Amino acid sequence: MAAERMTISQFLANRRGRRRPDTSDLLTYLYLTIGTILMFGPVLWLVASSFKTQAGLVKYPPPLLPYQQVQVEVAGFDKMLPLYEVTLEDGTTQEMAQVRRVGIEARMIDPANPDAGEIKVNIRQRTPVEEVKLAWENYLDPLIELDNFDFFTYLKNSIIVTSVATAITLVINSMAAFALSKYQFKGRDAIFVLFISTLMIPITVILVPVFLVITSIGWKNNLWGVIIPGAATPTGIFLLRQYMLTIPDELLDAARIDGASEWHIYWRIILPLARPALAVLAIFSVMWRWNDFLWPLIVLSQNDYFTLQVGLNAFQGELQIQWHYVLAMTVVTLLPITLVFAILQRFITTGIATTGMK
Amino acid sequence: MRLLSILDPLTRPILLLLVTVVDRVLTPFQRRIGIDKMGYFFVLPNLLIFGIFVLFPMLLNFYYAMTGGTKLFPEDRPFIGLGNFDNLFDCGDFLSPNSCQEDLFWRGIFNTIQFVIFQVSGIVVFSLMTALVLNRKIVARGFFRSVFFYPVLLSPVVVALIWKWVLQHEGVLNAIVEIFGGESTRWLLDPNWALFWVVFVSVWALMGFYTLILLAGLQSIPPELYEASSIDGANNWQDFRFVTMPLLMPTMFVVLVLALIRAVQMFDQIYVLTGGGPGTRTQLLVQYIYTTGFSSQIQLFGLSAAASMVLGITLLILTLLQLRLGNQSSLA
Repeated sequence: MAAERMTISQFLANRRGRRRPDTSDLLTYLYLTIGTILMFGPVLWLVASSFKTQAGLVKYPPPLLPYQQVQVEVAGFDKMLPLYEVTLEDGTTQEMAQVRRVGIEARMIDPANPDAGEIKVNIRQRTPVEEVKLAWENYLDPLIELDNFDFFTYLKNSIIVTSVATAITLVINSMAAFALSKYQFKGRDAIFVLFISTLMIPITVILVPVFLVITSIGWKNNLWGVIIPGAATPTGIFLLRQYMLTIPDELLDAARIDGASEWHIYWRIILPLARPALAVLAIFSVMWRWNDFLWPLIVLSQNDYFTLQVGLNAFQGELQIQWHYVLAMTVVTLLPITLVFAILQRFITTGIATTGMK
Repeated sequence: MRLLSILDPLTRPILLLLVTVVDRVLTPFQRRIGIDKMGYFFVLPNLLIFGIFVLFPMLLNFYYAMTGGTKLFPEDRPFIGLGNFDNLFDCGDFLSPNSCQEDLFWRGIFNTIQFVIFQVSGIVVFSLMTALVLNRKIVARGFFRSVFFYPVLLSPVVVALIWKWVLQHEGVLNAIVEIFGGESTRWLLDPNWALFWVVFVSVWALMGFYTLILLAGLQSIPPELYEASSIDGANNWQDFRFVTMPLLMPTMFVVLVLALIRAVQMFDQIYVLTGGGPGTRTQLLVQYIYTTGFSSQIQLFGLSAAASMVLGITLLILTLLQLRLGNQSSLA
């Protein structure tokens, strides 16, 4: 009991002294190992499963890797034939291709020696020969020929929404933040408080009236209806304003003396200097928009305008879930965010840690 | 970042042209109104969008909450005063949703309360543990930090699909359970398990975010304090109890309130994972708002707006709580 108490207290200590590894280190790495498996395991499982064929996916218990039955070419047959391991009557086993199956009987042929002719085998006497093979068709079919899942359209819509919305957010938020941090005008503080007071009011609270506004403008089933309502983010205003406050006013005054216009100051001085804050906001915005679900779900009811998230949800909600496609498309959907994270990982984590926002 | 610069030759001339044109138009304007009033110009685009898509709808929401019918446009909707609220709060016994006129609303409220309690405590416990572990002297800290953070970036739809696949009846979890001698279960069709997994999956998806905040809090504790306490002969437990915990408290409050605010609004993950089922076991308040207003045959916008005001008031209270606690911790 005392020893246990000791271990826990050592675990809780966060001093980073130099010492020999002890039980608390063991606990730490145990936690990290289990954590890594829990955090990454399901994602890796998704990726591994997405390369299995439809037949491979229904196998239970599921094999770890994507296996497929080997198909062989046999002289005298147009189609590839599935390969089996057959237990012959004398007890030996041989790999044979199946020509056709009638009831419980299969007609098999030796691919190495097709002239020997077909033999009849009870289907219980044969097991499929399998190899690890990636089912790329899960990824390629939806790109080409699924009528109810127009992947390219969804991808295009998602890219448009994410990039246009992020661009608009960066421009209008930075302009507003510039005004709120560098100008003295009547009502400035009131406007700032107004913006910030909606920081914790999500669109969920005002779904119906925003939907009315969108409908009145004619933006139902229109990507603008997804892009614009969330563009004036209070988070962005706050983040950028706090950052711009640290830019010295003298810099602006010097530029004015040199005859720069206010717009010039905004574009040539403020924006370049606020780049770190803009980058953080850009990353947030890309994340928000790419992953956004509820609002697009309400605005977009026609297939042609679906974003990836909405399309994926509709596709997985069908009566017969085509898991082999759903899994592959889920992987494609998480890929861009994963790449962005892999490249900008340090930037994102420090950005969130310092602003406390997501 | 360098990748983007490939686009530069393409975008730069367009941008330059745009900026020059704007400058041309603006300069006479600036001369007329004076420098300080240019602030109005810069704040205008944001203010317009904010006004049309946030402020105006916020006010309009009150009106919607007091009208009935199924028409969308306000002029077609009959004014019914507090009728929607009467409906929502028409209960024989407030503790049993079955006795309520809008039983789904109350089920949503009760489910949300349950979900919030389990999910927020899960997040606080696990993100604190993870932050403490990551704050130790370990190899590859950056890697492990990313591991725990990675799910935060995934979309709710993707998160739900990942787990739906793991949890399905012929899924990998049941296979693992069977290896250890257990029985395979329909995880998302059993009411209690469904609630458990809905909580588990959202903790899985969100804890990395709070871990980062707590980690930043831990790292801002000055090392001198630990030196001082070790001179005083404090052991590790006392270090944790009397140095780490008190100094981490403000950050813990931030985490607690942020997690509460997020949990109350939970929707997408659960919607894709269980659809609110089995039955209505995992249907939360936001799903009620969505279903009532947008996805049922009869679209009761008024009821939906009234329910969303209940959510709005809850969020307001939580936000005020956060502001108060925030002020206290910054004073301390």
